Amino acid sequence: MKLYGKFFMIHLKSIMQYKTSFLLSCLGQFLVSFNLFLGIYFMFRRFSQVEGFTYSEVLLCCGITLLEFSLAEAFARGFDTFGSIVSRGEFDRILVRPRNEIFQVLGSRIELSRIGRVLQAIVMFIYGIRASHIHWTLTKAAAVALMLLGGAVVFSGFFVIYASICFFTIEGLEFMNIFTDGAREYGKYPVSIYGKKVLQLCTFVIPYALIQYYPLLYLLDTGEAYYALLPLAACLFMLPCLVLWKIGVRHYVSSGS
Amino acid sequence: MKKYISFFRLRFSMELQYRAAALAGVATQFFWGAMEILMFRAFYRTNPGAFPMTLQATCAYVWLQQAFLALFVTWVLENEIFDSILNGNIAYELCRPVNIYNMWFSRNLAMRISGAVLRCIPILLFAAFLPAPYGLMAPAGLTNFFLFFLTLLLGVGVTVAFCMLVYMLCFFTISPMGLRIVTVSMVEFLSGGIIPLPFLPDGVKQIIELLPFASMQNVPLRIYSGDLTGGGTLRALLLQVFWLCILVAAGKILDALAMKKVTVQGG
Amino acid sequence: MITMQDVCKTYKVSKRDAGFSSAFKALFHKEYELIHALDGVSFTIRDGEMVGYIGPNGAGKSSTIKILSGILTPEEGTCLIDGLTPWKNRIEHVKNIGVVFGQRTQLWWDVPVLDSFELLKEIYRIDAHAYRRNLEQLTDMLGLSGLLQTPTRQLSLGQRMRCEIAASLLHDPKILFLDEPTIGLDAVSKLAVRDFILRLNAEKKTTVILTTHDMQDIEALTSRIILIGRGHILLDGNLTDIKEGFASTDEGLASFYQSHNL
Repeated sequence: MKLYGKFFMIHLKSIMQYKTSFLLSCLGQFLVSFNLFLGIYFMFRRFSQVEGFTYSEVLLCCGITLLEFSLAEAFARGFDTFGSIVSRGEFDRILVRPRNEIFQVLGSRIELSRIGRVLQAIVMFIYGIRASHIHWTLTKAAAVALMLLGGAVVFSGFFVIYASICFFTIEGLEFMNIFTDGAREYGKYPVSIYGKKVLQLCTFVIPYALIQYYPLLYLLDTGEAYYALLPLAACLFMLPCLVLWKIGVRHYVSSGS
Repeated sequence: MKKYISFFRLRFSMELQYRAAALAGVATQFFWGAMEILMFRAFYRTNPGAFPMTLQATCAYVWLQQAFLALFVTWVLENEIFDSILNGNIAYELCRPVNIYNMWFSRNLAMRISGAVLRCIPILLFAAFLPAPYGLMAPAGLTNFFLFFLTLLLGVGVTVAFCMLVYMLCFFTISPMGLRIVTVSMVEFLSGGIIPLPFLPDGVKQIIELLPFASMQNVPLRIYSGDLTGGGTLRALLLQVFWLCILVAAGKILDALAMKKVTVQGG
Repeated sequence: MITMQDVCKTYKVSKRDAGFSSAFKALFHKEYELIHALDGVSFTIRDGEMVGYIGPNGAGKSSTIKILSGILTPEEGTCLIDGLTPWKNRIEHVKNIGVVFGQRTQLWWDVPVLDSFELLKEIYRIDAHAYRRNLEQLTDMLGLSGLLQTPTRQLSLGQRMRCEIAASLLHDPKILFLDEPTIGLDAVSKLAVRDFILRLNAEKKTTVILTTHDMQDIEALTSRIILIGRGHILLDGNLTDIKEGFASTDEGLASFYQSHNL
C-alpha cells in the first residue's frame, strides 16, 4: 500500500509538470462523455421513456456505468496501455524487480485525467438521484458502493484480458474495445433495453448486467433484495482473467518476444 | 496528380499489411452497429409514433455510418501533422516542391478512402443479409443510389476540408491539443455521429442542418434510405457544394497566412 | 557464483516475405523458422569477477542476459546463481541483481531523479539506513550531487546513464548486468562510467557482467572475455587471445569474426 502511494505521488508530480496538457485532457474527457449525455438528452426530448425507464433513471444508470469505467481506467490504465509497455521493453524491467508483476503494472500508469469523466458521471449521478424519487436508505448507498466496486473490477478484468493477449500478439486487438469502450458507451442504458438475448449474454457470459441492470432494479425498488449483492458475484470474473494473465506471463518468459 | 496517386497506393498497401487490425475493426464496427440498432429498436417499441424516420431508414443510416466510419470521423486526425507543426519539422515539408494544403488534403483523403474501402465491404454485406427492418435495405431507387454516391464524395470533401482548417489553425495557436479536443467532440455531435439529426427537436434541428457539419455524413446517409427526398435533397446538395467551397477557400487563405508566418518567424 | 550448463534457447519466428501475394498467403498459412539463439552454452563466473560478454548482433548476448536475470526460460540446460535458478526463483533471485539496459531508462521521465530512487527504495524494500548509506556512497562515487533534484528528461545522456547505474545499485546487488552502458556517451562520460565500474568491483566485490560493442570498454574493464557467436561460445579467455598479432583489439575481433563466418 505504501508502494502504491509512492507510485501515486510520482504520477501526481509528473502531471504537475504539464498542467495545461493535463487540464486539456480533463476537458477532453469531459467533452467526449458530454456527447454521451447529449445523446440521451435529445432522445428523451422526443421519447418520455424507454422500456419502462425514465430519463432520470437512465441518467442514474449512465452515471454509475461511467463512474465504474472511469475508476477502472484511472487505476488499471497500465493494463489498458499494456501493448506499449511490452513493445518498449518495460516489462523486462518489471520482471527484474522483486515485486508482483500485476502490482507493478497497476502502478506504472495512473491516469488522473479521467477525473474529467468522473466529474461528468457524478453530475449525472446526482441529477439522476434527485430526479428519480428514490427513497434512499443506508443499504441502497451500500448497494451503489458495491456497484462501483464490482464495476471497476469487471472493467479492470477486461483490461487484464487485453493485456494478456498482448503477450501473444498485438495485432487486431482493436476488437477488445467492444468489451471496454463498447460496454461504457452502451452501458448508458440499462442492459435490458437491448433485448432479452443481450441481457442473458450479459448475465451469464460476461457479467455486465450484474454490475448495472440488476442492482439498478434494486435501487428503483423493482428488484429482489439479493440483486444488490450481484456485483460481488461479478468480482469473481477477475479470477479467469488472472489465470489468463499468468498464462501470458509464462508465455512471455518462455518466448521472450 | 501522379504523386497523389502513388501516395494513395502506399497507404492502401499499408492498410493491407495490417489486415488483422482491419478485421478487428470490422468486428468492432459490426458490434457497434448492432447495439445502436437495438437501442433504437427499444425506443421504437416504446413509442413508434415519436420516431422521426422509419425504423428501416434508421437502421440503414446506422449500418452505412459504421461501414463508412473511416470517411467521416474527425478523431483520426493525423498526429504526424500536428507533431510536425509543433516541433518545427514542418520546415522539411516546405522544402518539397508541393503545396502544403494540397498535399495534406490529398493525404488525408487517401487515408480516409483507403481505410474505408477495405472495411466497408464486409459490413455492408453482413448488414444486407440481416432481416428487415434491421438490416441494410436496398437503396430507395437508382437516382437515390447515384445521389448517395455523389453526396458521399462531397461529404468526405467537406470533412477533409474542415480537418484542414483545424491543421491550419494549429499554426496560430499555442495549444493545438485543446483546439483539437473541442472541435472533435463538437463535430461528432453536430454532424449526426451520436444520433441522426432528424432525432433532434425542431428548431435546433433546422439550425444545425445549415451548418457545415450537417454536410458531412448526414446528407448521403439519409439520401440512401430515401429519408431525404425531392427539394430537401437539392437543398442539401447545394449546401454541401457551398460549404466545400467556403471551407477550402478559408483553408487556402489560412495556408497562405501560415506560410508567411512560418517563413518570417522561422517556424 | 554463476554456472550455466548446456543452455539452449530456440525461437520460433514467423516467416513473411514482402509482396502482395505472399501477404495474402500468410493470411491462411504461416511458415515458421526455428532460430537457435543459444545452442549449448556453458560457463562459470566466480564471485567478484568482471567479465566482458561480446559477440556480433544477434549472436545470443541478450538472450543470455535475459536468462541470467530470470526474464527468459531456456528449453534445456541448467543455470544456478548463488544456489537459485533464475527463472524458477525469479522474485528471490532478482533481489540480488542489478540490471542496466543501456538503451532504456528505468527512471521516471518527468520527475526529479531522487523521486525515482525513493520509489525504488519501496520496490526493493530497502531499509532507510542502508538506503541512505548507499545513496551517499553512489552520489559521491558517480558525482550525482547536483543531478538528483533535476527531472530525468532534462539530463544529458551521460548524466542520465550515471543516474541509471546508481538506480540499479541502490539495493546493493551482488551481481550487476550492464547491457551496453556506454552506448552513445561522450568521452568524458565514458571514462567516468568505466572508472566507477572498476571502483565498484574493487571496493564492493560486485560481480559485473558487461555486454558491449565498444572494445575500449572491454580493454579498460575486464581481463576475461566470453565471446558468443551463433549461439555457441567461441572463446572464453582473455583479451590477448584476440589481440595477438593485431594492431588493435577491434581489428583482432573483426578478423576473429571473419574466421568464424560471423
